[in-house]
Amino acid sequence: MVDFAIDLKNVTKKYDGFMLNNVSFTLPRGCIMGLIGANGAGKSTIIKLMLGIIKKDSGDIKLLGCDSDKLSNEVKERIGVVFDESFFPENMKLREIERVLANIYKNWDETVFARYISEFGLPQNVAIKDFSRGMKMKLSIACALSHNAELLVLDEATSGLDPIVRNEILDIFLDFIQDENNSVLISSHITSDLEKVCDYVTFIDNGKIIMSDEKDLILEKYAVVKCSQDEIDKLPCEKTIGIRKNKFGAEALTETKAVPADFIAEPADLEKIMLFTAKKENRK
Amino acid sequence: MKIIINNASGVPIYEQIVSQIKNQIMTGELTEGEALPSMRLLAKEQRISVITTKRAYEELEREGFIYSVVGKGSFVAPKNIEVIKEQHLREIEDKLREALALAHLSGIEIKELKEMFDILAEE
Repeated sequence: MVDFAIDLKNVTKKYDGFMLNNVSFTLPRGCIMGLIGANGAGKSTIIKLMLGIIKKDSGDIKLLGCDSDKLSNEVKERIGVVFDESFFPENMKLREIERVLANIYKNWDETVFARYISEFGLPQNVAIKDFSRGMKMKLSIACALSHNAELLVLDEATSGLDPIVRNEILDIFLDFIQDENNSVLISSHITSDLEKVCDYVTFIDNGKIIMSDEKDLILEKYAVVKCSQDEIDKLPCEKTIGIRKNKFGAEALTETKAVPADFIAEPADLEKIMLFTAKKENRK
Repeated sequence: MKIIINNASGVPIYEQIVSQIKNQIMTGELTEGEALPSMRLLAKEQRISVITTKRAYEELEREGFIYSVVGKGSFVAPKNIEVIKEQHLREIEDKLREALALAHLSGIEIKELKEMFDILAEE
């Protein structure tokens, strides 16, 4: 049996005007999953439900094999969480923050924390309010990784950061899963980041899972076809996900296998898949 | 070990890894018993999915090019190279036979074929 770090089954949560509808996906240990979707698609709602910040209406959520409603403190320590905003008191410096966290977490590891701080080049004697956004994010990640976490959950952790810092952060995730017991879930709308590091991609739109599979399989499955507006109607309808017409031609996202031999087709990236798929949903 | 992945080639990444490692084993760049990098390290360094490297290693193992020891990693398998050479020789023989048959159809002489072969070999 595969050991899952995250296991969601038929999770439903209703709000006024928004519904997370019957969401199921799994993340095997040792892998990185990207949760992609537009703003308001339900990414953060899923993460908040997982962490018990909000209550689900129905369904099952298991984290590291334990029911998310009954997580013991011991299991909670094995989960590291990073949100897009840092919640550290602005006037504190690194040492003071560490003192607080060391008291909260039983498994707080000073050596690991010190290593990350020096690796990230974070200054000891500067108050958090004078940290840049990238530095705050690195601090949050350093904290999340310094209490022996096996599962790292990040909500929009790379948004608003420059490409160099984003790449450094992606490297941290790849280092983290060198231990095959460790797993990462990242939500983001920056699909290119996720395309670089993820093993699995779950795509959510309007509260529903559109696809959840190995990234390579998703990328192999779809292609972008470019042709004239007349030709586009020749594509097999049921295999075509979305169509975009312009004045001089048309583009369509379709299954790679269904592309007729004489058509020009390019490999689809996650961004294209997201754009075309979300469009289709809106049309219905 | 050297792996160069071409994202624009359209060949699936795991196949690129399989054929490059195979090639290095056959040319002797990777020798019997030599340890391969762990799947996770290879994935990290190449910025590709662990699933991809795992699939490549599994394929190599199935074909007998490498073997893995639980907790230790993957290693280049012994001997199999003779078998591969044998198989390649057989494939070459078949292709040459095809070429001969084709030559026979339009009366091209063996001498001409040999000359063509020498020229190709020198290219």
